Amino acid sequence: MVKSTLIKSLPCFHCGEPCESTSVFDGKSFCCQGCKTVYEILNENDLCEYYEIDGFSRMRFKEVAPEAYDYLDNADVSAKILQFESEHLSKVSFYIPAIHCASCIWLLESLDKFDDAIIKTEVSFGRKSVTIDYDPSKVKLSALAALLAKVGYAPIISLQENDILSDKSKNDRQLVYKLAVAGFCFGNIMLFSFPEYLGLDGHDSLLRSTFSFLNLLLAVPVVAYSASGYFNSALKSLRVKEVNIDIPIALGLLALFVRSTYEIIMSVGPGYFDSFSGLVFFLLIGRWFQSKTYESLAFDRDFKSYFPLAVNVYVDNTWKPTVIYQLRSGDVIRLRNMEIVPADSTLQEDEAFIDYSFVTGESRPVACHKDDLVYAGGRVIGKPVVLHVLRQTYQSHLTSLWNKAAFGKVHESHYKKLIDRAARKFTIVVIALAIVTGVVWQFHDPSRMWLVITSVLMVACPCALALAAPFTYGSILREFGKRGFYLKNSDVVERIANIDTVVFDKTGTITNGNEPSSNFIGALTAEDEACIKVMTGASLHPLSKIIERSIGRYVEVEMNSFMEIPGRGLIAEFNGRQYKVGSAAFVDAPHTAHLEQSRVFVSVDDDILGFYALNARVRPGVSQMIKALGQKCRALVSGDGDGDRDAMMNLFGSSVEMLFTQTPEDKMNYVETLQNEGKKVMMVGDGLNDSGALKQSDVGVAVCDDTGIFTPACDGIITGNQIGFLHDFMALAKSSNFILRSAFAISFSYNAVALSFAMAGHLTPLVAAILMPLSSVSVVVFSSFAVNLAARTHFSRIEFITK
Amino acid sequence: MNIIIALICISLFIAVGFLISFLWSLNDGQFDDTYSPSVRMLRDGTVKKKKTKKNERAE
Repeated sequence: MVKSTLIKSLPCFHCGEPCESTSVFDGKSFCCQGCKTVYEILNENDLCEYYEIDGFSRMRFKEVAPEAYDYLDNADVSAKILQFESEHLSKVSFYIPAIHCASCIWLLESLDKFDDAIIKTEVSFGRKSVTIDYDPSKVKLSALAALLAKVGYAPIISLQENDILSDKSKNDRQLVYKLAVAGFCFGNIMLFSFPEYLGLDGHDSLLRSTFSFLNLLLAVPVVAYSASGYFNSALKSLRVKEVNIDIPIALGLLALFVRSTYEIIMSVGPGYFDSFSGLVFFLLIGRWFQSKTYESLAFDRDFKSYFPLAVNVYVDNTWKPTVIYQLRSGDVIRLRNMEIVPADSTLQEDEAFIDYSFVTGESRPVACHKDDLVYAGGRVIGKPVVLHVLRQTYQSHLTSLWNKAAFGKVHESHYKKLIDRAARKFTIVVIALAIVTGVVWQFHDPSRMWLVITSVLMVACPCALALAAPFTYGSILREFGKRGFYLKNSDVVERIANIDTVVFDKTGTITNGNEPSSNFIGALTAEDEACIKVMTGASLHPLSKIIERSIGRYVEVEMNSFMEIPGRGLIAEFNGRQYKVGSAAFVDAPHTAHLEQSRVFVSVDDDILGFYALNARVRPGVSQMIKALGQKCRALVSGDGDGDRDAMMNLFGSSVEMLFTQTPEDKMNYVETLQNEGKKVMMVGDGLNDSGALKQSDVGVAVCDDTGIFTPACDGIITGNQIGFLHDFMALAKSSNFILRSAFAISFSYNAVALSFAMAGHLTPLVAAILMPLSSVSVVVFSSFAVNLAARTHFSRIEFITK
Repeated sequence: MNIIIALICISLFIAVGFLISFLWSLNDGQFDDTYSPSVRMLRDGTVKKKKTKKNERAE
């Protein structure tokens, strides 16, 4: 069928991209074979309701070769991935970043309609994972993964990912248990304390003692279980002779509990168990609020996540999938197009092209020849290659970076939190006050001395102080998250507030590596464009992909022959005309070196039509952001050659240091040098080549365009189009210091009032029951409200990211 | 008056029952994913319905 109909761009029925309708099926147009296949599969299985579900939102189809999952059938690999394994039932969990809407859940949970061997599937939306129960005697694990990929939900499999999925929420759950117990006990103790507030008569002594002992009973789980974290932490910090916020809290809680128990057992009073359990409850709410995590994001990935799980190794005259940590020096491995080299190796082919953009940030593939050293982390472009492994993955050039000191250290150790500094002063003041009041009462009324001292310690419990930080930082974390900047935890906010130096990576960070602008210099007819689109569509080279995407119009043409010559170009024949798309040498164009842009030439029957100029596109808002950062913006460190120096100079201004051709170690050392000068450094980068610098810096921010793909270990992940607002984010983080100090002031004023009651010996249970929760609540309300207000002023230009 | 004490003990006993059932449901993972169940409950029947419609048309 050689038809030549001009079709106006229609939205693809599956992905909604303004497609050029390569194919029409069932009266619906599709942009690519992949989208059409998905529709066909769904149609066959009566699952087209997928497109009609409320909340359906379209996504782009990503092609994954079905044999890419073959290694899953290797017993070593599957043993690591399967959660449960038996003869007729196995259970597996896949991480699928594409999960994003109600239709995704619906389709994935209808998976049993595709294959009888699939027993049950269950989606966890927050974690973006799907758990599949299946019959391993009927379907292979690799077939399952391939099926998911075929309907557009390609699972991402790495050993580390599975660990993250399994134990991420365990910590959170512990906290909720404690919170539930504390809340339960608090509510019931309040209930039993009520008669006491209203005033019981003397002849109700039986009731009074019953209520008191019930309160004591209910307070035991609170002190033993819910509050245990505070006691443990206080003990720990005493052992290392440091004062943190948990010491005065533990002291106050202990004073409250001991005093109340004494009063009840000696039947001298009703005790303060209502205040005690209330404080623990509020404190735990603060912790819970602060512990917000992004379940589907991982901040602690190392190189293992980047590498495939297994590769094909030549053993006993066949290719066998083998787990990469079993690779030994001397093994012979085969890699297909776009696969990552798992270990430093030597090339066995005459010629191959390796894309090191992962490692160096440089996006142009490097040509390698027989016996050349190929580093781990490179990506094979073009034909399959055979390699000879030199070193194990863990000893490879790139991965050895992880053995450096930066990866072993913990940030918190060398920096004192604002809250702990405040707690230190606070504790000293409180203990001094307790001693002074004790001495005064010793002379005034020795019988009440201990009562007054415990009262002082009780009300001095800096509950409100301890709540200020979690609620301020927690609220900021949420405001950031709504706008596409995801932080690892709330401590990062405080570190961002103190940043005075920002260092940027270039490719993928300042510029968007995936979407360079491309324009054709020369003249092309609609038919030429269509032919080029079809040709480039058949190639997997990154530049081909860019050109293919940039051609909008479409005329249906049929390709008679096609050949890809890796690293050089493409040759194809349409209607007897020979099209060549590729490097200047490939089409015999007059060769001129252009470092700042990649050029792809086009010729038809050896008649050169012109070239595509591909420029890396600077992300929106970057120049404003750099201006707003001013002196803080210190340097640009890039793994690329300095072809972009002038363009970057224009963007950054002359005061910013420009460093090119930096290795990952260079970047890390540069950040370290700045830190030795006493700077607090934020590193903004994207690739594996920045991972050392990200880890070394005080705050490492990874830029990524799709939160589903891998990001290096970092403290925060920012979506690519939000990077222009980095200064706004930093400004909000900075205002957290002010908000926190104001909250401290409020908290201290309450403590001062309460202390004056306590020192005068007037602290009745009723006064404590009102004053303590009131101070907690007002601090919580103040910090949440203040953050909200600050976010509105700082973020007026930033839109919410809807996810 | 003793009856009040008995009632209070009973009420506390029931409340503890609810606490335990909450902790159990938490442990069971019922709060891990609060979005997909809302989609899941609308699922089953509709697929079958579509099938019958198609069959009718075929006949």
